[in-house]
Amino acid sequence: MKRVSSSLKSKCPTFACSPKRARRLKRAPCSFAPRRGQAWGNLPQHVVLQIFQHLSLVDRARASSVCRCWNDVFHTPDLWRRFEFELNQPASSYLRSTHPDLVQQIIKKHAQHLQYVSFKVDSCTESAEAACDILSQLVDCTIKTLGLISTARPSFMDVSQAHFVSALTVVFVNSKSLSSIKIDDTPVDDPSLKVLVANNSDTLKLLKMSSCPHVSPAGILCVADQCHGLKELALNYHLLSDELLLALSTEKHVNLEHLRIDVVSENPSQSPFHTIKKSSWEALVHHSPKVNVVMYFFLYEEEFEPFFREETPVTHLYFGRTVSKEMLGRIGLNCLRLVELVVCANGLEPLDEELIRIAERCKSLTAIGLGECEVTCSGFVEFVKMCGERLTQLSIMEEVLIPDSSYNMEQIHSEVSKYLGRIWFPDMMPTW
Amino acid sequence: MVVNSVHWFRKGLRLHDNPALQEALNGADTVRCVYILDPWFAGAANVGINRWRFLLEALEDLDNSLKKLNSRLFVVRGQPTDVFPRLFKEWNVTRLTFEYDPEPYGKERDGAIIKMAQEFGVETLIRNSHTLYNLDRIIEMNNNNPPLTFKRFQTIVSRLELPRRPLAPITPQQMHKCHTNISENHDQLYNIPSLEELGFRTEGLPTVVWRGGESEALERLNKHLDKKVWVASIEHPRVSTCSLYASPTGLSPYLRFGCLSCHVLYYNLRELYMKLRKRCSPPLSLFGQLLWREFFYTAATNNPNFDRMEGNPICVQIPWDQNPEALAKWAEGRTGFPWIDAIMTQLRQEGWIHHLARHAVACFLTRGDLWLSWESGMKVFEELLLDADWSVNAGSWMWLSCSAFFQQFFHCYCPVGFGRRTDPTGDYIRRYIPILKDYPNRYIYEPWNAPESVQKAANCVVGVDYPKPMINHAEGSRLNIERMKQVYQQLSHYRGLSLLASVPTIQEEAEPPMTDESQTSSGPDSPPKPPDVDTAGCSTAPDSSTMGMSSFTVDNTALEEASLPQNEPPTTISSTSTDPMTGQPKPPSPMSPSANVAPCSGRSNSLGPRRKSLTRKARWNQRQRGRQNCTTAVKEDRKTDEESRDITGTSTITRHVPRKLVDETYHPAPVENHDTQSHTPQKAAYL
Repeated sequence: MKRVSSSLKSKCPTFACSPKRARRLKRAPCSFAPRRGQAWGNLPQHVVLQIFQHLSLVDRARASSVCRCWNDVFHTPDLWRRFEFELNQPASSYLRSTHPDLVQQIIKKHAQHLQYVSFKVDSCTESAEAACDILSQLVDCTIKTLGLISTARPSFMDVSQAHFVSALTVVFVNSKSLSSIKIDDTPVDDPSLKVLVANNSDTLKLLKMSSCPHVSPAGILCVADQCHGLKELALNYHLLSDELLLALSTEKHVNLEHLRIDVVSENPSQSPFHTIKKSSWEALVHHSPKVNVVMYFFLYEEEFEPFFREETPVTHLYFGRTVSKEMLGRIGLNCLRLVELVVCANGLEPLDEELIRIAERCKSLTAIGLGECEVTCSGFVEFVKMCGERLTQLSIMEEVLIPDSSYNMEQIHSEVSKYLGRIWFPDMMPTW
Repeated sequence: MVVNSVHWFRKGLRLHDNPALQEALNGADTVRCVYILDPWFAGAANVGINRWRFLLEALEDLDNSLKKLNSRLFVVRGQPTDVFPRLFKEWNVTRLTFEYDPEPYGKERDGAIIKMAQEFGVETLIRNSHTLYNLDRIIEMNNNNPPLTFKRFQTIVSRLELPRRPLAPITPQQMHKCHTNISENHDQLYNIPSLEELGFRTEGLPTVVWRGGESEALERLNKHLDKKVWVASIEHPRVSTCSLYASPTGLSPYLRFGCLSCHVLYYNLRELYMKLRKRCSPPLSLFGQLLWREFFYTAATNNPNFDRMEGNPICVQIPWDQNPEALAKWAEGRTGFPWIDAIMTQLRQEGWIHHLARHAVACFLTRGDLWLSWESGMKVFEELLLDADWSVNAGSWMWLSCSAFFQQFFHCYCPVGFGRRTDPTGDYIRRYIPILKDYPNRYIYEPWNAPESVQKAANCVVGVDYPKPMINHAEGSRLNIERMKQVYQQLSHYRGLSLLASVPTIQEEAEPPMTDESQTSSGPDSPPKPPDVDTAGCSTAPDSSTMGMSSFTVDNTALEEASLPQNEPPTTISSTSTDPMTGQPKPPSPMSPSANVAPCSGRSNSLGPRRKSLTRKARWNQRQRGRQNCTTAVKEDRKTDEESRDITGTSTITRHVPRKLVDETYHPAPVENHDTQSHTPQKAAYL
């Protein structure tokens, strides 16, 4: 059985990597194997380093206790450029944490080597606080990439804002060459963004800050105004403004590659969403013709009113909740750059017309996913026929397709496969 | 020579289509039908009262049927390993028969009994009847791997000969030939215990909705077939509100306990179809439910860790939250979402819920809203759900939480919209949550959105009489879709923006070999990039997966680093195949743990999107195992995969091992034997 075979192969604990590579590596040192009497410790450092680069931290640590020479290699800065701190509490996570002593050792010995740092925290506030504590000790660093990631609930939001912001600004102030920052779901605020801009405006290329409620449109505008190298940006819709799009489209600014916008509402009665001018979108696309505009919607059906009334250069659309037929109709009219469309739910009326219009007008559409929707089999076949082989992703729940006089479920599989040029089946859920 | 048979009932609680029982009778002088249970452990096992009631009723029915044949059921208290030596001696047993149990712990238990029987010179005869097919045969036909997609499974099955025809019920004549004297005190020695004896309190127990037993099962079978004829929707019944309620034609608990033979159901459906459709050969979809059951049995039969995430090679490692309080709210129907609460109430009261309802609550607990482990949900189902088979239950939970079997995860059932769609008037809610009965239809699925006046008029104020929703669904699903995407993008090494392309496509369907072009269909928008740039981007970014920002850190350092002849493994002990602390294989991608060789390809893969290699690898692995003529292209493939490890994203596929202080001495942990740990033989024996 294959499980057995793979576990046998991986019984070689020294090389914690794929069995195949392990074998390859095992062979490598063998060919260097020193003659009898010659110690392994005499291997040239660069060779040991190269081997170490293939080992996990635990294995490197074990190897480092072989001899002084190997121990020196263990502390080579190159091996400490990247680190992922994992902070979890036994009560709230199935995952283990980075050992506190290791954390201390890194702060003491290797902080200045760190360049790519991420923190993964579970849903517990203490974990997020521990991450902030480590952050505030990273004084002597030149970090390029910083990621704060909540693996379950957004626990950074539970940390006191002052604590979080002071920790974050330590890195912003000291690193001075930050290029990528991912701080989704955190209490980052306008003043800390200002610090970021003041120290890293030349280097910043990526900023992801979806669902950061303490940032205002002015705060993000300041980033866009100053950081001309910014290529990728993720934020919530309430931060998106005409000014922001225009700021990202000035001549000084590099071409934007990705813009990700989350549109979320708490309850159906909140004030309606603002609109973005057609001219602002046009300016963006004019400046960055290849930009991807990704929008994730988590709205009540009645809240879609302000969206896609005019041409919008969105490329990827995700509707997490029920979206009306009318809204989908507008997409075919006004989202001509559309590449991917995912609709989790719609009412009980077939979407044939809307889909066919999308097939007709959205010439770049290559991916579509439909959850709780309805489409007649003929309508669906027509849609697929119009799109043809460019539909590389086609994920349709089986219940979506309503058999009609032209096609039943068996026929639709072969018909759709024919137009796609590959075997296709609808997605199924277990009926048990 | 005298033949004294014992037939050991476990599942398969029936006299019709029971091949092992037929073997017991065949040429025997005496036959005793035995059921073994240990009342001592009954209360301890995580099995709810409804399931025990169903079992006891099934035993009652079996005993009654045996009485009609001048025989009885012998319910023996104890553990099989203790009971059998005693019985072998006492009854001079020469032959032991039982139904084959394909589940890993069952196989282990039976192995011990077979060995013991051998020592006593007792012949053991085991017959397969709980599943339609010989599962090992399916696995063999799929290159010795269980199929991991339902389509693939169907393809294999369609190539198999039809399942065995059902056998006739035991006749009085057959039984007469091996008549066994029943002692006067049979009822004292071998009676069926009551729920009280098993330690359950029965006052206030709601009336039974699903009566256990073969007789009931056969009655239901007839009604089931009649209904199929009547609604004339034999292949694709559409779901309506009525489907949500326990139906007098439902069969799943009966199949679970073997009160109804799946072979009997199969052939009845088949014949009905051929009658109605003028002798057309029936499509596989006719046997949907039965095949799903077989599918999960096949997937589980050689995987003792099938019911857990850790150490389960087909299960995607997802960093679920732990939150006992939230779990309890879900399990007890106090989530504040009437649709979820009604389903959980129905489950607790009656022991059965419709499959769409299962989808709704499972999605809510796991990837949809609460982000809790599917294992915890599975355990609740195991306690409450009458038809919870170990394999089917764990398999369904993995499926519904998108933890295995390669599904798109974009589709989360909305705890408001999905219910409303299924039952627009909300009558189902009113039945199971009577406190909401006076809510207008408009608000019954979201009472918290009703104006206060409406809440007061309905005599149920949210937050006082009925809980507030425990989670903001919009916010929860926003977070969770990101988490799932991170998990899957790591798995597929896909870095584009497409959500749909994040799921590795496993093309294990029996399809014609595809051209390389069609396989590149990974990301609708992942632009091919020079490998160095891509690698650098992946390895230095703080999560190129969340947004799928594919090419963002193309700064000089990154390039430098990538061009060095090194690729730093992330400091987490990462998606490689050995867990350094235990020496155990790490749970790899759901492909298979041996997906370590990529298929040959004329073209270097490093230029194309990442996903391709995985897809190919999987397909190759499924279809062409054994062909080892891979060339350098393969190694390239492999390397790219490894290089693309992400430092961020929810680290998932990787198993998280204790990262002790670096200088600490290394002690490999002993390999645990999960089977014996978690499945008490008592439980395995009866439920």
